[in-house]
Amino acid sequence: MSLTKISENPKPGSTIFSPELAARFDKLVTLYPVRRSALIPMLLYAQDEIGYVSDAAIAEIAQRLDLTVLDVRNVLSYYSMLRTNPIGKYNVQVCTNISCMVRGGQELFQHCKKRLGIGHKQTTSDGIFSLEEVECIGACSWAPAVQVNYDFHENLTPEAMDALLDEYRSKAGQ
Amino acid sequence: MPTLVSHPDEVKIVSSRFGKGATEIDRYIELGGYEAVRQAIEKGPDWIISEMKASNLRGRGGAGFPTGMKWSFVPKQSEKPKYVLVNGDESEPGTCKDHLIFLHDPHAVIEGAIVAGIAVGAKTGFIYLRGEYRYLLKIMEKAIADAYAKGFLGKGIFGSNFDFEVISQTGAGAYEVGEESALMESLEGKRGVPRIRPPFPAVVGLYGGPTVINNAETIASVSHILRMGGEAYAKIGSARNGGTRLFCISGHAERPGVYELPMGYNLKKMIYEVAGGIRGGRQLKAVVPGGSSTPVLLPNEIDIGMDFDQVGKAGSMLGSGGVVVLDETVCMVEFALRTIQFYQHESCGWCIPCREGTDWLKKTLTRFHAGGGEAKDIDNIRYLAENMLGRTFCPLGDAAAMPTIAFVKKFRQEFEDHLNGKPCPYGRHSGTKATTPELIAVS
Repeated sequence: MSLTKISENPKPGSTIFSPELAARFDKLVTLYPVRRSALIPMLLYAQDEIGYVSDAAIAEIAQRLDLTVLDVRNVLSYYSMLRTNPIGKYNVQVCTNISCMVRGGQELFQHCKKRLGIGHKQTTSDGIFSLEEVECIGACSWAPAVQVNYDFHENLTPEAMDALLDEYRSKAGQ
Repeated sequence: MPTLVSHPDEVKIVSSRFGKGATEIDRYIELGGYEAVRQAIEKGPDWIISEMKASNLRGRGGAGFPTGMKWSFVPKQSEKPKYVLVNGDESEPGTCKDHLIFLHDPHAVIEGAIVAGIAVGAKTGFIYLRGEYRYLLKIMEKAIADAYAKGFLGKGIFGSNFDFEVISQTGAGAYEVGEESALMESLEGKRGVPRIRPPFPAVVGLYGGPTVINNAETIASVSHILRMGGEAYAKIGSARNGGTRLFCISGHAERPGVYELPMGYNLKKMIYEVAGGIRGGRQLKAVVPGGSSTPVLLPNEIDIGMDFDQVGKAGSMLGSGGVVVLDETVCMVEFALRTIQFYQHESCGWCIPCREGTDWLKKTLTRFHAGGGEAKDIDNIRYLAENMLGRTFCPLGDAAAMPTIAFVKKFRQEFEDHLNGKPCPYGRHSGTKATTPELIAVS
């Protein structure tokens, strides 16, 4: 990883993203009064497509917004949902904040660790699951709650969690 | 899908369309939607602001600032474009009301934003959702597209000469961005670090232009206020606290859920009647009345009306409406630790009292709960928190300090019971060797 290597710069006009996402980016940068405003959505959409924000994605986004690679990395590092390394197909995010904690969120997290055989921010060897202990996800009245990628699952018990993980595992095999 | 709850004492205004298919624009119109904005176009900004002032609507994000007054601060003339900003970065632990608004009634947010735009002379509105609410952004994006297709957004909306554009996006995971100036930084494509004030957003906000920024629930209330009239709305609530509010009841209540109750509704009644009391007939130990940053209340302190003034008088805050009910099984030291762990994780690091203060509190409480505490730690925890108060750019430092002070003050005995290497005698760990909760590594 280098912040300044000129050879990293993508050729103007070329893209590492799908044609659909590239078109979306073309539109996104014109939407706001300032081009840079598109940065956070672009990082998220890039992550959704690639699985993480790669060096190449950072370089291209920087170029599209007339920013330096360092500018982009500086912003990226602030936001907890953005990552620069690949993770599992399904990111299991267990909330252990207060409302979830008092309804078994921490036990649920421990249960997931045992069940998946991995710890916080680790990935199973088959690449299907990653696990993360997260802060409040805004599902407090339906605690304990878990987010798998962007999908919410509420009022979970260890048994319901097992069934959920089985469901995702079989989905991954399809 | 989050379950919806109901209770006869509820006055459903903001939640009146929940579960009724109002994400579809035609259904929304059938249920009275987009009537308020037509009225607003016809009667103009002065009428809107006077109705908003009469409604006694106060900001639902937590600060409780009168919305009508906030709108009236925006200068009429401005060289720079003005903006409306809807804060849907709901992240205060215990709070999940905007989640339901975006899920069930996205057009109410759009309609409220248009009305705010007419009131202050803004031509662009931004709806900013927290990053975790990606599935709700999809619902919002469809609602916006449908509103454009009907001519409710864009040039000459509703056949008038008023233009209004709406852009929606999400954040990418940051509690701090829920703070108004940090949110503007984030929308400008930067790290969510707060700005110093003054100047206030109403004068210098997003892209340097005058900006009205309101919580999503506040904005979703606007169309209802115009339809029923500001005075009628005010009458539903208590003195200086108009209307209703979405209370998110969580924790050890028998029937947790999001209930819409009049402002000033009694907290004890809310817990014991509306939410069905404490689960399994257990004893109540404490209540966090308005999200994790609000000072905890003891069982003998909850016979109060839930509005900004009455909760303030009781030594806490109405906050964001997140009522966390705690029964006798909770260890308050562990609860304090989990609370501070959150603020330490979310501190943006910009100002030292918050960055260092939350970190030291987390370290001390971690050691303390694990049985490594010393008597002097108890006062040190409180002293440290007291010295964070009012010494930071934004309220995050206060949000971490205020509950910590209350935990030590009101549950000192529980802290003392953790001394001398004794295993945690409370809650989940009672009778067993104390285990330290695994803490999220600072990433």
